[in-house]
Amino acid sequence: MSRGFLNGGVVTTGLAVACLGAAIGVHVDRERRYPARRQVTESLLYIPSGEALKRMALSYDALLADVYWIRAVQHFGGTRLAKRAIKSYDLLYPLLDITTTLDPQFNIAYRFGAIFLSEVYPNGPGKPDLAVKLLQKGFAANPRRWEYLHDIGFVYYWWVRDFQAASTWFARASQVPGAPEWLAGTAARTLAVGGDRQSARAMWQQIYETSEIAYMKDNARFYLGQLQAMDDLESLNAALARVEALEGHPPTSWSALAARGWLRRVPPVDPSGWPYQVNRETGRAELSPKSEFYPLPADMPAGTPSAPPGASTQAGS
Amino acid sequence: MSPGTVMRVARAVFKESVRDRVLYNLVGFAILLIGASYLIGQLTAGQDVKIIKDLGLAAMSVFGLFIAIFIGIGLVSKEVEKRSVYSLLAKPVRRSELVVGKYVGLVLTVLVNLAVMAVVVYAVLGYMDWKEIPEVKRAWEAPATDPRLLIAMFLIFFELMLVIAIALFFSTFSSPMLSAAFTFGLFVAGQFSADLKNFEMAVESKAAATIARGLYYILPNFAVFDVKSAVVHGQPLAAAVIANSVIYGSLYISALVLLAVVIFSRRDFK
Repeated sequence: MSRGFLNGGVVTTGLAVACLGAAIGVHVDRERRYPARRQVTESLLYIPSGEALKRMALSYDALLADVYWIRAVQHFGGTRLAKRAIKSYDLLYPLLDITTTLDPQFNIAYRFGAIFLSEVYPNGPGKPDLAVKLLQKGFAANPRRWEYLHDIGFVYYWWVRDFQAASTWFARASQVPGAPEWLAGTAARTLAVGGDRQSARAMWQQIYETSEIAYMKDNARFYLGQLQAMDDLESLNAALARVEALEGHPPTSWSALAARGWLRRVPPVDPSGWPYQVNRETGRAELSPKSEFYPLPADMPAGTPSAPPGASTQAGS
Repeated sequence: MSPGTVMRVARAVFKESVRDRVLYNLVGFAILLIGASYLIGQLTAGQDVKIIKDLGLAAMSVFGLFIAIFIGIGLVSKEVEKRSVYSLLAKPVRRSELVVGKYVGLVLTVLVNLAVMAVVVYAVLGYMDWKEIPEVKRAWEAPATDPRLLIAMFLIFFELMLVIAIALFFSTFSSPMLSAAFTFGLFVAGQFSADLKNFEMAVESKAAATIARGLYYILPNFAVFDVKSAVVHGQPLAAAVIANSVIYGSLYISALVLLAVVIFSRRDFK
């Protein structure tokens, strides 16, 4: 190889690298000068049939199911966190349906999928009926999985507030071979004292303690925190109402309660550590908008009537 | 047929594939799996081990399939096209030894590939198992480094041996391009065998249903080698079913290699 050829090669390579560097520079400059407007593109389901996809996937259907599962998680998470006025979760059920058609044993897709579908708008599509449909599909494919029937019961209990149906599904779950013994008790308790907060707490506690899936544990911890915050607010509001009755005007801060020694901690904090606030107009205790548990759902179960005001850890009156 | 001659031809095929940088795909496989194990953890809700298993097994199968088809189709036809078959046949090598040796050589190449890929899969899964806390591990349907994955890998190997046999068979009388099309076509058709079996439910014509039923039995049924999903989900696998798949595969492969020997032996290269 001649020296001239080598030199020529080095020059050509140098020229190519320089051209590439210049092209990148022009591209960066263009992006800086003319920033492209962010395009909001609707996600598409190019092939809506899970059965058709299963055939096209040849023997790689489980891998394709993973891809669709990732799409479902991204669609749910992306829509939930998006700062759009109107959020559309329209693709969530079709994506989950395709995932579970491609891989009928995809346990998490049924269980997480039902949680995603049940979440009330705007945190989710608010479609408990579709959650039940997905779980029923899961049980049809895996008749030994009592968890799916339990989850259907829970959807009826927590999201639909149909305690009769919830109890029926818990009872059905308890009859599946291998189901835990506590399910029969849950079915009976749901029928007896369905809507109270105490039984809701017991239910979430059960899920928290028995679930081996980190996401479901976190979910249960979140709702236990919300229930605790509701208990706290109830007792704090009872104490604030007593102060208003004594002083003749609504209190505007925690100092009135603190002065009477009715607070164990000033300011009182929610389970995530954020201080509760006193609304200056209404004189009522509220959850901080910065709290992990904000907002509290409007139709949460009522507190147990027998629980005395101030029984919580926050207000000690 | 002399086993020594067969092995000499096989070694030559293996060396040639190494010279052709076939084993470079292993680097791609390792990067794919290691990269995916990091990225998937960020994308999905705690299903990374299942997805890595799915991805690992699927990638082993796809990478192996490409090697099997694209090298398999040239095993014999390339020698004929380049006219190197004359010098080969001038040596004390029987045509049957040449065909079987070529087959064994490519099987060896695929086996080495799969073995290295299996080590990479287990290494990535072992790392994921090591970094995970026991509470999360309890939710897994099967342990990360489940030894039963080897069953799925073993059947992937059998599947690929069948693909190589098909490619070799077509390679003895057809051009590489047509051989690739035929082999891939049979691979795809072999995945749809259940549909062929139940064809009478879709059509009214009895003749069409009978032809479909006949094709179901004649075409290679690749679905019998697919236990990937069952293994990943930790479902039980009957030893008898696996044995049945192995026997079926062995018989089908033997038939194809024998046919390849017959066709190649009768070819006139004058």
